[in-house]
Amino acid sequence: MFADTDLQKLIFGRLTLEAIPYHEPILLVTFAAVALGGIAVLGAITYFRFWGPLWRDWLTSVDHKKIGIMYVILALVMLLRGFADAIMMRAQQAIAFGGSEGYLPSHHYDQIFTAHGVIMIFFMAMPFVTGLMNYVVPLQIGARDVAFPFLNNFSFWMTVSGAVTVMLSLFVGEFARTGWLAYPPLSGPAGSPGVGVDYYIWALQIAGIGTLLSGINLIATIVKMRAPGMTMMKMPVFTWTALCTNILIVAAFPVLTAVLALLSLDRYVGTHFFSNDLGGNPMMYVNLIWIWGHPEVYILILPAFGIFSEVVSTYSGKRLFGYASMVYATVVITILSYLVWLHHFFTMGSGASVNSFFGITTMIISIPTGAKIFNWLFTMFRGRITFEVPMLWTIGFMVTFVVGGMTGVLLAVPPADFVLHNSLFLIAHFHNVIIGGVVFGLMAGVTYWFPKAFGFRLDPFWGKMSFWFWLTGYWFAFTPLYVLGLMGVTRRLNRFDDPSLQIWFVIAAFGAFLILLGILSFIVQLAVSIRRREELRDTTGDPWNGRTLEWSTSSPPAEYNFAFTPLVRDHDAWSDMKKRGYSRPLTGFRPIHMPSNTGTGVILGALSVVFSFGMIWYIWWLAGLSFLAMLVVTIAHTFNYHRDFTIPAETVVRAEDERTALLAGRV
Amino acid sequence: MMSLKSLRLLALLPLLGLLGGCNMVLLQPSGDVALQQRNLIIASTGLMLLIIVPVIALTLFFAWRYRRSNESAVYDPDWHHSTQLEVVIWAAPLVIIIALGALTWISTHTLDPYRPIARLDASRPIPAGTKRLQVEVVALDWKWLFFYPEQGIATVNELAAPVDVPIDFKITSATMMNSFFIPALAGQVYAMAGMQTRLHAVINKPGTYEGFSANYSGSGFARMNFKFLGLSPDEFGKWVADAKAKGSTLSREEYLKLERPSEAEPARLYAGYEPGLFQAILNMCAIPGKMCMNEMMAIDAKGGAGKESHANRERLEYDNRHELQGSEAPSATTPASGRPARSGEERPEGSSPKGSSGGHDHGPAAGGRENEGAPPAGQGGPAPTQLNQ
Repeated sequence: MFADTDLQKLIFGRLTLEAIPYHEPILLVTFAAVALGGIAVLGAITYFRFWGPLWRDWLTSVDHKKIGIMYVILALVMLLRGFADAIMMRAQQAIAFGGSEGYLPSHHYDQIFTAHGVIMIFFMAMPFVTGLMNYVVPLQIGARDVAFPFLNNFSFWMTVSGAVTVMLSLFVGEFARTGWLAYPPLSGPAGSPGVGVDYYIWALQIAGIGTLLSGINLIATIVKMRAPGMTMMKMPVFTWTALCTNILIVAAFPVLTAVLALLSLDRYVGTHFFSNDLGGNPMMYVNLIWIWGHPEVYILILPAFGIFSEVVSTYSGKRLFGYASMVYATVVITILSYLVWLHHFFTMGSGASVNSFFGITTMIISIPTGAKIFNWLFTMFRGRITFEVPMLWTIGFMVTFVVGGMTGVLLAVPPADFVLHNSLFLIAHFHNVIIGGVVFGLMAGVTYWFPKAFGFRLDPFWGKMSFWFWLTGYWFAFTPLYVLGLMGVTRRLNRFDDPSLQIWFVIAAFGAFLILLGILSFIVQLAVSIRRREELRDTTGDPWNGRTLEWSTSSPPAEYNFAFTPLVRDHDAWSDMKKRGYSRPLTGFRPIHMPSNTGTGVILGALSVVFSFGMIWYIWWLAGLSFLAMLVVTIAHTFNYHRDFTIPAETVVRAEDERTALLAGRV
Repeated sequence: MMSLKSLRLLALLPLLGLLGGCNMVLLQPSGDVALQQRNLIIASTGLMLLIIVPVIALTLFFAWRYRRSNESAVYDPDWHHSTQLEVVIWAAPLVIIIALGALTWISTHTLDPYRPIARLDASRPIPAGTKRLQVEVVALDWKWLFFYPEQGIATVNELAAPVDVPIDFKITSATMMNSFFIPALAGQVYAMAGMQTRLHAVINKPGTYEGFSANYSGSGFARMNFKFLGLSPDEFGKWVADAKAKGSTLSREEYLKLERPSEAEPARLYAGYEPGLFQAILNMCAIPGKMCMNEMMAIDAKGGAGKESHANRERLEYDNRHELQGSEAPSATTPASGRPARSGEERPEGSSPKGSSGGHDHGPAAGGRENEGAPPAGQGGPAPTQLNQ
């Protein structure tokens, strides 16, 4: 391309035109679709003159509610990407039989299953969970925002940067072909010399910073900013699970950061932490990544448990059964989740006593989990259950999740794991708990809190469609995988010799298609609900006869959440207030001190994408420059003295009067 | 909620029909170890179903019984605690887990893959004087190499064993982590470079079984399978004789060619192999001129070689050997079958091809490594003498 290749390397590192996959039709079509969609969105924003409000009210916002909503939007976008990967895998496995190689050669297929895992865990489930915690926790504890509002905005943009980095790998270069945990030596410099693993490392490192900071933020919020009277044992269960999840995040994510940093050193400067030779040991990586990886599973599922607890008691019209035992179960799970990591590799050849220890600690986790299931069960007992959509998700979860729990305990028996490990049985198991637990929980949570966030309910018909498609889709997609696992079929294969297996993969592909309909129904549900928003309007702020403080505010809540900080006497604080005949104060409003928006988070996020791009492609000048720019922006931000403002009392009075009128109009 | 139940049942019906027709090798294994593992799966599942089935049934029943439209059901909005019930809901899973935990402890020890098997099957102990079959297993980039030290033969992608003879596997890998798995025979164990894992098993029924790698190891992984033949003692003798009669000898040079990444290798028999080859592969010194791991560990055990150890560095380099030979496709995850990586042109600094960078380039990008070019072949032998004393 250039005569002087050294100059080219200096400017472009190892980036060449070859890195653009213009010879791959699938990627070209995807790129065209993404580009057209992107142009349409940008055009629409320009046409509706939305750039100003978008920047002022959303991108730079430090309001925990807006950040929470943006997290969920990010998660939904990434869900579409991760699910596209899933559909491609299911299609490949359904057709690549006998002589057929399917349509995905292994170097493409291997990227797809890696990307699917990485995206679904780090960029779908994590932002979704963080988004709901961000939105709901301050409202549930009667706070006006999180403890560190700017940090919250920064965390979000770091997560976005990680997601953008992963998406870049689709069109510039390639993604890792190592599986979602990138075990060395395969992910080492000799095993994967390309940019794929570097994309993986930098996407996770940057998003990891965001996750860690958001964890610190929410812990500080929950510990320090609860409304007066809300002792620890009066916190709503969702807040409890959020606290435990964030403790897990803060304790576990540094391990991931450290292990990926060591892998980066192996790849960038030729150290030998995880190589086969020169004293390195890849098995150290496997241990370390699972010391993060197992708590990660609970980071995802605990908030889902919290959501189910809120949902089941609200729609049963009844106090949660066994609140204290629910809290203790959550805490026990939090602690035990650090004592089980070795069950991910019993087959490494540890001794029988080590394997038994980790097998048994894993089984012990099922005791508090079982207690939780029973608690939900007995919350329904003698209740008055309304089958609103969130409650359907909860019942679907209870029936589905226990099966996943059972297969999980089965996998915790080391000799059974020796035959089931890495098989499609394992795949079926963790999708059983992640879809049946985390995704169902998140869908319940979104439907449950949507009216709080937007002031109107989601259309129940399409919600039910979505639920039934997801539920049947899940069972069609993963029951065959359980069977295939028992037939001795292992994971991550892109072709098969035995034609008798094909029917099972075809059923699984059909299940994935049903899940696709479930996702589409959810999108239709959003569109229909926005169109019918006046019919679905919630003027009370409490459409479900809720039990916790978030339902005491208007829908959507004012910027300051609570004009007066509520006093809490019970863990179902709002329910308790309603029972005592609480009357909303109508006078005596005072000015409210709030944090100001800032663009620093967006700028730092954008710079970190540039930095990671430079690091990935060995464009050292770019990496150095963008890192320097990050430092400058960070230091400059410390000189920003416009970091707070006061909402005048008149504005509060106006907002509260509006609400009074709204409430009166309804009564 | 009835619709949920009936839908689920409807969904399961055709699956049940299919189940009868398919071969669930994990549930009908042919080796005693796998059979015991099967029994354990069934026993643990049964134990857990004791609690899972009532929970599912109660969930559906409560959901239906306490539906809003059922005015006749008791409604007690403040009922939220019952000590007796709490005891039951914690104790019930606890009891199951105690039983399962005991089962786990015992079975994990009796079925430890490192423990020589103690019986041929449930009714037959191992006859006195039985000679166990020794097999050494090497996972290569996308094929399996088996050594039979007692028979003196080696095979690629084909493994045979006489029925009712205990087999002792020693397992390692030359490169990536793989997992050695024959579902009909016994559970899997990882194959890791520079490390030796073990597996003990016995095959009870003659037949041809599937074996494969159960741990993803790069792009040729999907074809990394082999046939495992359970043979009668006579047939096994014939199979060995056949290998001896027809095969060639696996020399070290031949092995180094075999070791390079390749896919879908046909089964191959070798009449013999260079003595000590498995130990050399295990110690990552099959390439002439490399120092063996056990040698280095012996030096380390004596307190290390201090500053002199730098002289050994190059001889301990291993992961980048394909690049050193200049013989490899752009990426080890790109198969040799000609599907290049889209970004494989440039290597990370730490592993730039030594042969191509001329002269003594101690550039900062080389991560402090010696760039002396590839070590000349045949420079073998132990570490410099002063280190070995």
